[in-house]
Amino acid sequence: MTSPLNTLAAALGDGSVEVVDLTHTLDPDFPVIVLPPEFGQCARFRMEEVSSYDGRGPAWKWHNISMNEHTGTHFDAPIHWVSGRDVANGAVDEIDPSVFVGPVVVIDCSKGASANDDFELTPEIIEAWEAEHGTIPAGAWVLMRTDWSKRRGAEYLNMADDGPHSPGPTPAAIELLLARDIRGFGTETVGTDAGQGAHYTPPYPAHYLLHGAGKYGLQCLSNLDRLPPTGAMLIAPPLKIKGGTGSPLRVLALVPGKTGSGEKA
Amino acid sequence: MRRQNYDGVVLTAPVSVPYVRYSQETAHWWIARALKQTLEVAGLAPRELDGFSVSSFTLFPDSPVGLTQHLGLSPRWLDSIPMGGASGVVALRRAARAVQAGDADVVACIAGDANRIDSFRQLLSSFSRFAMDASYPYGSGGPNASFALIADAYMAEYGVTREDFGRIAVAQRANALHYPDAIMKKPLTLEQYLSARPISEPFGLFDCVMPCAGAEGFLVMREDEAERRGLAYARIAGTIERHNAFPEDPVQLRGGWVMDIDELYEMAGCGPEAIDLLQTYDDYPLISMMQFEDLGFCAKGEGAQFVREHDLTIGGDFPHNTSGGQLSVGQAGAAGGYLGLVEAIRQVTGKAGPTQVAKARTAMVSGFGMINYDRGLCTSATIITGAGQ
Amino acid sequence: MTDKLLPPAKKNPQLRQRVPTLPPQMRSRAALGLTAAAARGAFCLQHCDACGTVQYPPRDACCSCLSVDLAWRDTPRGGTVIAETRIHASPDPFYRERLPWRSGLVRLDAGPTVLCHLHGDVGRVDPVRMDLKLDKAGQGVMIALPKERSPDMEDDPQLRSLTAHPKHRRVLITDIRSPATRPLIEALLKAGASQIFVGESESWRRGSDHAAIAALEGVSVMPLDVSDPSSLKKLAAEIGGKTDILINTARYVRPGGVLGADTVFAREEFEVNALGLMRLAQAFGPGMTSRTADGVNSAVAFVNIVSVHALSADPQYGAFSASQAAALSISQTLRAEFRASGLRMINVFTGPTDDEWHQPLPPPKVPPKALAKSVVEGLCEGLEDVFCGDVAKDLEERWRRDPKVLERELAGGGQ
Repeated sequence: MTSPLNTLAAALGDGSVEVVDLTHTLDPDFPVIVLPPEFGQCARFRMEEVSSYDGRGPAWKWHNISMNEHTGTHFDAPIHWVSGRDVANGAVDEIDPSVFVGPVVVIDCSKGASANDDFELTPEIIEAWEAEHGTIPAGAWVLMRTDWSKRRGAEYLNMADDGPHSPGPTPAAIELLLARDIRGFGTETVGTDAGQGAHYTPPYPAHYLLHGAGKYGLQCLSNLDRLPPTGAMLIAPPLKIKGGTGSPLRVLALVPGKTGSGEKA
Repeated sequence: MRRQNYDGVVLTAPVSVPYVRYSQETAHWWIARALKQTLEVAGLAPRELDGFSVSSFTLFPDSPVGLTQHLGLSPRWLDSIPMGGASGVVALRRAARAVQAGDADVVACIAGDANRIDSFRQLLSSFSRFAMDASYPYGSGGPNASFALIADAYMAEYGVTREDFGRIAVAQRANALHYPDAIMKKPLTLEQYLSARPISEPFGLFDCVMPCAGAEGFLVMREDEAERRGLAYARIAGTIERHNAFPEDPVQLRGGWVMDIDELYEMAGCGPEAIDLLQTYDDYPLISMMQFEDLGFCAKGEGAQFVREHDLTIGGDFPHNTSGGQLSVGQAGAAGGYLGLVEAIRQVTGKAGPTQVAKARTAMVSGFGMINYDRGLCTSATIITGAGQ
Repeated sequence: MTDKLLPPAKKNPQLRQRVPTLPPQMRSRAALGLTAAAARGAFCLQHCDACGTVQYPPRDACCSCLSVDLAWRDTPRGGTVIAETRIHASPDPFYRERLPWRSGLVRLDAGPTVLCHLHGDVGRVDPVRMDLKLDKAGQGVMIALPKERSPDMEDDPQLRSLTAHPKHRRVLITDIRSPATRPLIEALLKAGASQIFVGESESWRRGSDHAAIAALEGVSVMPLDVSDPSSLKKLAAEIGGKTDILINTARYVRPGGVLGADTVFAREEFEVNALGLMRLAQAFGPGMTSRTADGVNSAVAFVNIVSVHALSADPQYGAFSASQAAALSISQTLRAEFRASGLRMINVFTGPTDDEWHQPLPPPKVPPKALAKSVVEGLCEGLEDVFCGDVAKDLEERWRRDPKVLERELAGGGQ
């Protein structure tokens, strides 16, 4: 008798289930969110060599690394935002690990985002997606695909004199997703909110509303164009930091492979 | 108060250990050779020596104290004269008073220096505090530039030309050709002097001495002791010494002899016309010319004219640096301050051989030394007499 | 007449690079007073407090009255050359490579006779203006200069060896975002710098004057982040061998004391201002120290811009002041480590700069142009300690007079 896990192992072995990496490489040049300079900033990722098979350590090589919890591809926990400060089990070390593996749906906004840096995910777009792919299941991760991860350098943060310009959800879109009881929301940009998200009511609605409802966020994802709209599994466990508000992490998706059956992206 | 005379004290047994350009031997070795020679001339064993005066730049880490044990001596009087070119006359002054007072019977006065390949640089880098702070940082790497500056001011002040300096060097070289131990063996013409490669303008190669290894020495004892041993001797008619003269002079156009020369002639009971030969300290022809003036042989500013009007060779009317001086014999460190004195003792006792000035009985020897910063600080001079040939 | 200094010819790649040598380095303790004066561009000699006699060379007791109360004071610079020589032979390795070399005797109006370097435009009988400058051994030396500025006077080889003049040299300015960077570029180009590299960190967030600055003739913008070792390693690999002067304009500053401020800003201030300096030196130091004898465009100076409150903290900028004190201490060690190569470590101390982080402060504040001017002047004069603006000059003087009194004054305890 084959258990589902045996089946999964076999599928991984024969390529009918593929592992897709949705994570940016952590390197010193990767952009982080930039706040007004009076506020504390998000630390950039830094590596300092401790030894490299030399006098400082003859047979080994290792680095000290430093970063913020929200540097690079990262997970946002409810206590990250003021609205979620009192959510039970709201820190990364308290979250039930079962939520770190779960179904994921991808809403493709790449066409709109390529024409408009401030492209908005609206309830209309969500409903149109649902018309094609079915109601978003409760407990699913919802990822907003914009192909923004293909941008390099200054184009990624896309700073102008009035702040950054990158796509994101409207408050109404988040409220609709919350009505679906999603697990969490993820984007390819540096935040779950649009670059100009401060101007909504509430400001930064993705952070405010999601975390206030005890939901999670994922940012700086890549390779969303390799995911099917539905049917994939997301693996996104943050580091178990005591009282942590988030952490950089390896985000993986299990998708139907080329040699297997199942829908393709 | 009148200076006391030097009656009853004499100089004997002058010795010169031939110089070499570079030598692996130490200052101890060179000093030992001169000491042995001078004692042998006097028939003295080293253990019998009861007075010892040493001048050397390269004894470090030893001082003359270390030398006593090194050489097996047990003197009851020991002196160290670190005065460079003035050392010979100053050593004579100290030793003569010791013998006069009965503090020592026989004093060996020895100067000797090594010249190993890296001697010169080590010597300079620790020469004096003012040199370290205010002279060497400016590029000279030695005394040449400092004396070139003095020469520049002197020539401008008194209208002296390079030819005038050259005459002194040329005459000394002619004398050196008669001195078997001179390092320089070829004649020097004024043309060669003028066209030689520049060292530090206005000085060229032949304005400068060649550093060597070598040693010089003589003995100071009572006259009756010299008679008893059958040694030829010279008497001391007078001596002078001065340090840091004329500190207000912006540049050294005159040396300390100016302050004391009248006293020297008064002690000796004679004037410049009585001097049969003059040994000046010749680190540069410039300084020899300065000594002609400051020792009273001509007025200040007339040194060039004096040189033009006199023949400075052994057979001339003003024999000067009769063995060739340091410029042609070489400078063996502190022995440079003895070279003229040792040669003068030979001259006035008729023992100079090929460099003998005819009928020489009265010699003046002048010393100069220790450029601390921008000028030579020590001056000394003596008039010695002998029975001649 | 000084010959105009020509730009360097292309190096022959088959010849060994000249190894740095130094002029004589040893000095007595008293003589270091000349070095201290030269470091800040002053002309000081010892004056006897008892009888007023001016002393030279430096010494431990008055040469007139034997008093040991000798004080270093500003001294009139006038003098007359009374002798000159051109040296053609020297056993000293440094001077041997630079012959012929002119030196002279100068009678100072203040009294003593000084043995000194001579600028090519002065000789015997000329009235001169004396200067104390740091030589390649980092020691104060005397040089006689023309009384009035003469054409191309900075090109005199003897004077140039005593300065860090930017003419024909290539400069790296580390932070494009510093307000002083633009005027610095202009001032350096005006002084004859041949090429300027400007570092830019975090180009992904824009907000720098990148386009305008990159468009300037002779200027290239390069990625550089003093908090990222890999960034420095990469840039040094590319331009380390072409950096003749490095000017560190990178700075992280936030207002706030120590009790009230958070350590996140403090950490960033130490990261950029202190450790950043250390990383820059580690990345660019080896290349620069090996090239200090490399001809006309030899590597010559490492410049750090630091708040004068490195000397004594401004409690309103407490954590920042601490990071500046750290930077100052690091620069002292760097100076010792650069010693053998002759690379000059220069600190330009400034009072509050006229920018967003000092916006509510009353004047006087240092505008970017003034800071740039001070940096370039420091290079042209070969100084080691430059004080830019009235606040910095005043504070340094009070610090030298009594650091404890200054501490109280800065804490609000003085009237």
